[in-house]
Amino acid sequence: MIKRWLLASFIALLLASCGMDAPQPGTTPRQISTLDKIRQTGTITLGTRHASIPFNYLDDHQQQAGFSWEISQRVVEAVKQELELPDLAVKTMTVTPQTRIPLVANQTLDLECSSTTHNLERRAQVSFSNTFFIVGVRLLVRKDSGIQDWPDVAGKRVIVSGGTTAARLLRKLNSDRNWDIDILTAKDINENFMMVETGRAVASVQDDIILHSNIARAREPQAWEVVGTPLQREAYACMLRKGDVAFKQLVDGVIAGMMQSGEMERLYTKYFQSRIAVKGGINIKQPLSDDMRELFQRPNDDVL
Amino acid sequence: MDYNWDWLILFKQSVTGEGLYGVMLLKGLGWTLVISLASWIVALALGIALGVGRTLPNRWVRWPVTVYVHVFRNTPLLVQLFLWYFVVPELLPPAWGDAIKQMDSTLEQLLAVLLCLTLYTAAKAAEQVRTGIESVAAGQRQAGTALGLSTLGLYKHVLLPQALRIVIPPLTSDFMNVFKNSAVALTIGLMELTGMSREISEFSAHPFEAFTAATLAYMLITLAVVWLMRTIEVRTRVPGLLGA
Repeated sequence: MIKRWLLASFIALLLASCGMDAPQPGTTPRQISTLDKIRQTGTITLGTRHASIPFNYLDDHQQQAGFSWEISQRVVEAVKQELELPDLAVKTMTVTPQTRIPLVANQTLDLECSSTTHNLERRAQVSFSNTFFIVGVRLLVRKDSGIQDWPDVAGKRVIVSGGTTAARLLRKLNSDRNWDIDILTAKDINENFMMVETGRAVASVQDDIILHSNIARAREPQAWEVVGTPLQREAYACMLRKGDVAFKQLVDGVIAGMMQSGEMERLYTKYFQSRIAVKGGINIKQPLSDDMRELFQRPNDDVL
Repeated sequence: MDYNWDWLILFKQSVTGEGLYGVMLLKGLGWTLVISLASWIVALALGIALGVGRTLPNRWVRWPVTVYVHVFRNTPLLVQLFLWYFVVPELLPPAWGDAIKQMDSTLEQLLAVLLCLTLYTAAKAAEQVRTGIESVAAGQRQAGTALGLSTLGLYKHVLLPQALRIVIPPLTSDFMNVFKNSAVALTIGLMELTGMSREISEFSAHPFEAFTAATLAYMLITLAVVWLMRTIEVRTRVPGLLGA
């Protein structure tokens, strides 16, 4: 009985996947364009994050805020103009790093702007807009830890957030160089910092800007520093439906326009060099990097 | 849905240089089995003892056991795991707390998960055993006492042989739940089956395939549990009892 039932479910699954997999010849693509969908439904759905500070988060007044959130708001304005839909309804949906890609791929979300790295694997499922931020993977350590660079963490315990590109780079480094780093996996950004704060790990590996934002939120910010040469630079971009050229053009245009008009730099100052309403007010105090300055001059959607 | 399916993803090399994705998934499966089986065996023994404790006439035994069962059964498993892993080491004397935190990291995670899952599951099993004992007709307890059986003898010869048979079906659910509950381990960084499929889905950008594989693995495990418990139920069946 059980065997037969198992077999049946297997077959059902296979059939289902084949059905979804093979495009039917002669029919139009199953995907409708994002702009058509928005026009038909009068609604645009944005993916949002709770605590990706300062890219997209709920501030102290429980309002959506952040560098990437404001970019998505500019996109919404542009969509309203393009489609002549002044009453366009904006729906938000909270996502996590684990759910964001499936939700864009299955067309629940029209646009996701937070702190998502643009990489080749992900491009198999979704498309990415122009880059709006460039980060490097570095180390967060206590100032008195004596750790200066990557070789110093060999044989030590290091924490990294599960499934992130930082995790992938660190593991690759570890298996390539045989450094015997004891890699702990954290569930999210907050837990990641808790592990170094409570002394379970000597260093936290993450995108440098997130490390700086963690320091700004720490109980004693002066005790921490970010060290190490960036492992690899990464580009943050907005995610949208795969192969939707028209919508990508619109989003790319908004981002490039913001960079050229100087608006993006003002937005940078607002979120990275001024007080923001998190935990009663924090300031990340990070100068604009050379990478970012170059990006602002030459907007692009390259994978780094 | 415009999704790029690739069912062969499990046979591809991981981008982290740690071997095939499928091998990573099997490692996760291994952790799930180890955590769950170890917790279940201890929890079952503990649960039977505590279940008996809850039905004893002596209230100095009954009360503490009742408090234990309620505390562990009525609080979320996730909260319990966070308490064991993050809070308990901070409450201990600093030297002890540091010693725990400097332990081998995997061992530390494993111990926290085993402790958490065992105590939680034991509380649930204890309730099943208690109801099993209470479902044996009161007349039998009285008859046993009238025959001059001690409390120990009464439980050993009259109550438990019947109660334990009665609770096999509900215990099957608890047994299956251990495997599913073991997924909480990923929240403290122990990469069991669910944790591993999350990693694979992130690294490969093939979330649906990774989670489908994990789902099938969980189904196979729980079907094996059902089969095992059915077999035990049939083997231990007493003709004339419980509709057999």
